[in-house]
Amino acid sequence: MAAEPWQAAGFGLYVHWPFCQSKCPYCDFNSHVAAAVDETAWRQALVSEVYRVGAELGRRPLTSIFFGGGTPSLMDAATVGAIVDAATEAFSPSNALETTLEANPSSVETGRFLGYRTAGVNRVSLGVQALDDTALRALGRLHTAAEARAALDIAMANFDRVSFDLIYARQHQSLSAWEAELAEALAVGTDHLSLYQLTIEPGTAFGERFARGRLRGLASDDLGAEMFEVTQAMTEAAGRPAYETSNHARSGAECMHNLIYWRSGDYAGIGPGAHGRITVGGQRVATEAARAPGAWLDAVRTRGSGEVLREGIPATEQLEERLMMGLRLVEGIGLDQLEGLDQDRVSQLRADGWIEPDKDRLRVTPAGRPLLNAVLRELLT
Amino acid sequence: MTDPRRIRNFSIVAHIDHGKSTLADRLIQLTGTVAARDMKEQLLDAMDIERERGITIKANTVRIEYPAGDGETYILNLIDTPGHVDFAYEVSRSMQAVEGSLLVVDATQGVEAQTLANVYQAIDADHEIVPVLNKIDLPAADCDRVSEQIEDVIGIDATDAVQISAKTGLGIPDVLEAIVHRLPAPSGDRTAPLKAMLVDSWYDPYLGVVVLIRVIDGVIRKGDRITMMQTGAKYGIDKLAVLRPEMRDIPELGPGEIGILTASIKQVRDTRVGDTITHEKGGTTDPLPGFKPSQPVVFCGLFPVDSAEFEDLRDAIEKLALNDASFTSEMETSAALGFGFRCGFLGLLHLEVIRDRIEREYGIDLITTAPSVIYHVYMRDGAKIDLHNPADMPDLTHVDRLEEPRIKATILVPDEYLGDVLKLCQDRRGEQLDLTYAGSRAMVVYDLPLNEVVFDFYDRLKSVTKGYASFDYQMTGYRADNLVKMQVLVNEEPVDALAMMVHRDRAEMRGRAMVEKLKDLIPRHMFKIPIQAAIGGKVIARETLAALRKDVTAKCYGGDATRKKKLLEKQKAGKKKMRQFGKVDIPQEAFINALKMDG
Ligand SMILES: Nc1nc2c(ncn2[C@@H]2O[C@H](COP(=O)(O)OP(=O)(O)OP(=O)(O)O)[C@@H](O)[C@H]2O)c(=O)[nH]1
Ligand code: SF4
Ligand SMILES: [Mg+2]
Repeated sequence: MAAEPWQAAGFGLYVHWPFCQSKCPYCDFNSHVAAAVDETAWRQALVSEVYRVGAELGRRPLTSIFFGGGTPSLMDAATVGAIVDAATEAFSPSNALETTLEANPSSVETGRFLGYRTAGVNRVSLGVQALDDTALRALGRLHTAAEARAALDIAMANFDRVSFDLIYARQHQSLSAWEAELAEALAVGTDHLSLYQLTIEPGTAFGERFARGRLRGLASDDLGAEMFEVTQAMTEAAGRPAYETSNHARSGAECMHNLIYWRSGDYAGIGPGAHGRITVGGQRVATEAARAPGAWLDAVRTRGSGEVLREGIPATEQLEERLMMGLRLVEGIGLDQLEGLDQDRVSQLRADGWIEPDKDRLRVTPAGRPLLNAVLRELLT
Repeated sequence: MTDPRRIRNFSIVAHIDHGKSTLADRLIQLTGTVAARDMKEQLLDAMDIERERGITIKANTVRIEYPAGDGETYILNLIDTPGHVDFAYEVSRSMQAVEGSLLVVDATQGVEAQTLANVYQAIDADHEIVPVLNKIDLPAADCDRVSEQIEDVIGIDATDAVQISAKTGLGIPDVLEAIVHRLPAPSGDRTAPLKAMLVDSWYDPYLGVVVLIRVIDGVIRKGDRITMMQTGAKYGIDKLAVLRPEMRDIPELGPGEIGILTASIKQVRDTRVGDTITHEKGGTTDPLPGFKPSQPVVFCGLFPVDSAEFEDLRDAIEKLALNDASFTSEMETSAALGFGFRCGFLGLLHLEVIRDRIEREYGIDLITTAPSVIYHVYMRDGAKIDLHNPADMPDLTHVDRLEEPRIKATILVPDEYLGDVLKLCQDRRGEQLDLTYAGSRAMVVYDLPLNEVVFDFYDRLKSVTKGYASFDYQMTGYRADNLVKMQVLVNEEPVDALAMMVHRDRAEMRGRAMVEKLKDLIPRHMFKIPIQAAIGGKVIARETLAALRKDVTAKCYGGDATRKKKLLEKQKAGKKKMRQFGKVDIPQEAFINALKMDG
């Protein structure tokens, strides 16, 4: 019998830092702008959460730690260090432990990079978003293109592994403008890139403007599709092909932490609003922490746990999650992990050219990748 | 038992919204029939749908007592009637039960299409008519102009029209006096054999079938054995009452009186409105002429969105039909939509009301197919088929000719919109019968095919005249025309629920409009989809829905799995509201929206 994904895919720890300097208009993450943060209190709470899950999971071998947000690069290096130290003690870190921190490219934050490295961070992911000042302003970002480039230089000098994010299909962006920007981005020479199409989410500033018909110049579906195609071709030619819908890397430079999500591995989530998927006594459960920062901090202090929800995931839903997450990967999913899948639907999708004809894996074809949601609908509804 | 000389029976008739029910409220209130604390607006509109839409659907009867200026107390039976053309049948049978009518005209609007239609019915029923000008509290009221209109357009004397505000109560005592002095008392012979008119019947959850009667001759008493002369059914009377408006038991009803009886009748269908009720023994041998039965004129398919709810739908339809003789249904199967019912209605509002009630009261989501009319298909072999559903159209080679129902439509419209109205009628294959003026308004009479009217004619009329036109129609008969069945093919497959009958000359236009609409209504799929309209094997219009090119979530990490799953649940629910045609999913609204024409 094949190993279950939770045994095979490694184990990661996600740490959520919920604060930002300002709220970006497209962002629907659990991020908050706070006048002052009592960092000592937050450090203690996060460290206590690391010990709590470590004790529950019995010092499981740990593959990765990921500091996400919000803006984790607003944390003191000492806070990062305390959490990494706690994780190393509460779990059994692997020799190749990957420790990623998301950072914004402002000068204040790059000033902390050395401290982060000393604290144990070995990979950074920079929220560059655009290499053009006008676009950066439209996205509500506080940095300039020049600052982004400087931040990339400092990051690459401090860390072996650097990635950065760009948002494309932005308002008024043409296909050729994106090609030029992407070429520039590839020339920076990082091993990893995350390239996201702009998505208008309800409940964000962009979402509200969109609903009122006030968000002009968005890419049509057709333009979006062309941009996606160009992105695939250019990154592949530059030796950093897609390994996931929006993530591109040189072979071996993939983000191990994110791979755990897509391969349906186990991960613990701590910090406000963090989600986890862990296997306890053979049963896979979903966990969720209190979303509001204040409520989370109170819960940890008074009840000794920030977790507010824990529920078993039934087998059918596990299959759905495996498909929704796993088909994002170019490698697809081993068919031995997809018991209960509707084979007639798979055959039809194969016949129509959306799924590769492999015998042992379920993989979406290049033509199917930009239509992944439609493929999933065919499989699951 | 009341002396007929102290009885006045009348209906309140008017164009929709001119204030009939509000006037009924004031009459009920001023005579103290209902205690002040139980009074509410449009008291008689008791059904949820009536209250919600603010319109009357069902005629309602109330008995009130009025101590008149002459010192006598009179019994007044008033029937509040609906104004909307779909329910004109309720008005016509109500009129058979009474001797007079209050013709209410909104003094800010003047004479409208249903005002006319109702007056003609009242004249046909030999009614005395008292014109009442309502809403004089509004600054826009113009009693002189409206009186003049009544005289010019209708041809009845309006010098003694009663001017009132049903809202404020102004002038209501004058209405009561006019009822007593200007409307005739009923005649009738108390000693003659019983002759009573079955005016209406409905189902009451506690009492079973309740029958509204008007006594013409003789006396009816609780416990009497009666016969319904048309059906031959015999019953013993369990309960006899008058409506105030709640039931108040009464030992007997004599000539001129109106009341209800119950008699262990199982179904509304067991009664015939217009039937004559008499005593089982010693009854009359001379029945009343009866009413023309109401006929459904608009048909459409009702299908459950979730096919598992078919039995629930059957149940709902049966229950509603129990209480509404003019609503018909028969089972229908559609390749597209599965099992459902082909239902007949008096008009579009009636259709809407029934559909609403099924969805709300029974919690069933429905797919409604395009409304159609009954075509007469004459076959080569001499047979005649009544075609209710275009999908059942026989092979043309066996068909000799096709006839469609026609109507006489009367439209009143302010001068400035006349051109648009004429164009609309012309576009719908109308033939002008008459065009006259009354002041600044035109009255146009058109002969139109009903099939051009059932769908969205009224909406179009309202929109081209900014709501200033009024409209009324009557069926006139059938006429042969060059009609063909137009099919719609989605991804090369015919969709039976979208088939329709059209005039050959209008087929291209309708076909093009239909495929264009469908192109917007059907979501993009992973492949391109040809959408075609065809007559026989010949394609007359074609559009191609381009394939979906991008549908992928940009970001999906650990925290997003739960959210994405919720999205999937929503999509699953959405898919339930679609119908699959081969590989194509068609949303439920498409079946009705595809038919809407913009011109
Ligand atoms: N200002 C004013 N409004 C009135 C008067 N009489 C009725 N209305 C209003 O006119 C609208 C229609 O009144 P209804 O009594 O429901 O009219 P109706 O003729 O019974 O309508 P249907 O039964 O649907 O044909 C309501 O909003 C009433 O409040 C009046 O004398 N003055
Ligand atoms: S910095 Fe990142 S997390 Fe914060 S608001 Fe902007 S996009 Fe959201
Ligand atoms: Mg009314």
